Amino acid sequence: MHDIGASFVLAYHLATGGDPELWAIVELSLAVSVSSALLACTLGLPLGALVALQQFPGRRALIVAMNALFGLPSVVVGLVVYLMLSRAGPLGSFGILFTPPAIVIAQTVLVTPIVAALARQFVEDAWHEYREQLTSLGVSALRAVPTLLWDLRYSLLTVVLMGLGRATSEVGAVMIVGGNVSGVTRVMTTAIALETEKGDLPLALALGVILLALVVALNAAASVLRDWSLARHG
Amino acid sequence: MASATRSLPVEARGVTVRYGALAALDDVDLTFDGSAPLAVLGANGAGKSVLLRVLHGLVAPSEGGVTWSGASTRPRDQAMVFQRPVLLRRSALANVEYALAVHGVRGRERRERAAEALARVGLEKIASRPARVLSGGEQQRVALARAWATRPRVVYLDEPTASLDPSAAAEVERVMGEMRSAGTAIVFTTHHLGFARRAAAEVVFLDRGRVTERTAVPDFFARPRSPEAAAYLQGELP
Repeated sequence: MHDIGASFVLAYHLATGGDPELWAIVELSLAVSVSSALLACTLGLPLGALVALQQFPGRRALIVAMNALFGLPSVVVGLVVYLMLSRAGPLGSFGILFTPPAIVIAQTVLVTPIVAALARQFVEDAWHEYREQLTSLGVSALRAVPTLLWDLRYSLLTVVLMGLGRATSEVGAVMIVGGNVSGVTRVMTTAIALETEKGDLPLALALGVILLALVVALNAAASVLRDWSLARHG
Repeated sequence: MASATRSLPVEARGVTVRYGALAALDDVDLTFDGSAPLAVLGANGAGKSVLLRVLHGLVAPSEGGVTWSGASTRPRDQAMVFQRPVLLRRSALANVEYALAVHGVRGRERRERAAEALARVGLEKIASRPARVLSGGEQQRVALARAWATRPRVVYLDEPTASLDPSAAAEVERVMGEMRSAGTAIVFTTHHLGFARRAAAEVVFLDRGRVTERTAVPDFFARPRSPEAAAYLQGELP
């Protein structure tokens, strides 16, 4: 207990003392996670909305697949992306294995199905309310996609933040494709795993606290924004 | 898909709309050329709203068909205001602008026409306010402005004064009068008989999905031809 208590004290000093190694890890984590969340939203939001609004053969099967991919095992994603980016793989010539872009790719693959599946559900529910009005105005289902995404922007923000949270907390895939190289691909989660294994609890705890604070802050911001938007826009 | 087809005259021939075993409309024949405002009356569940949706091209008949100016393609020069209009989460002005954008109106003209439409319904002062937080009467007028801004040949209004207080209802009635003066044809449903008497020239009466009569307003209220309409009027005007 004493060791754990002392570790918390040291973690506090690390987190508040501007330790360059720690903050470099935090900075890289945020950079790759925000990048992959943005990419996943760029792909997943329109994809989810399209599936919600369009009728086509195999739609039901696609929805089942999207929902199933929601729980995609991260180590499998890591392995597949590793195989794609390794020298013998189809994307090996880019030479990005064990670099931050490889982490972004793996996280994007993991987060996109989550964003797409949740967006589909939100948009499909909203479509019941909007369909008649938009059809009356002469809006096609395709044109309704950006309209609904914009009108549901505050609800979808929760989806975006969920995607960001998923990306930030990822370990397995990031470890496989990033390699946890110090100063290059070491992010908060992989650093926590490594430092815990080494028994260096203060750094692991400091990173853990920062990670938790980040997640809490994101959710608090989303909550405040949603309440504000409901009051302002109805 | 909407097209360049003209919306009037609209003709329904042998239109039946079924929802499972229930016939919401049953073998309805109706022609509307837009020369005079038409009120569709009937008890709850008579099929008034479904008829408006069929004429507007939102609901496809189970049997029979609808043509607009002789064509079966849904026209663009028409609009509908629903009993509970769905407004987008943006300002009142942006809601009207959205409808104009869908109709291909761009840039400065779009902004000017949207502002003009809101001014016509008396909402120019709250144009920048979020549409969804406006009162029910104001939301209904935004919906009227949105419909009117696209310069439709005909507007279908589904119970436009339902749930509105007398002053808001009077304002909606005033806007409908202006629409009519501007040459827009109007078909509307209502349960307010005084409103129907003032705003319509003809009445179509529906009973359990069937048209029982189509009569000029003065005759309808003085001497309804069908027993169903007579019973309805007696019930409504004790």
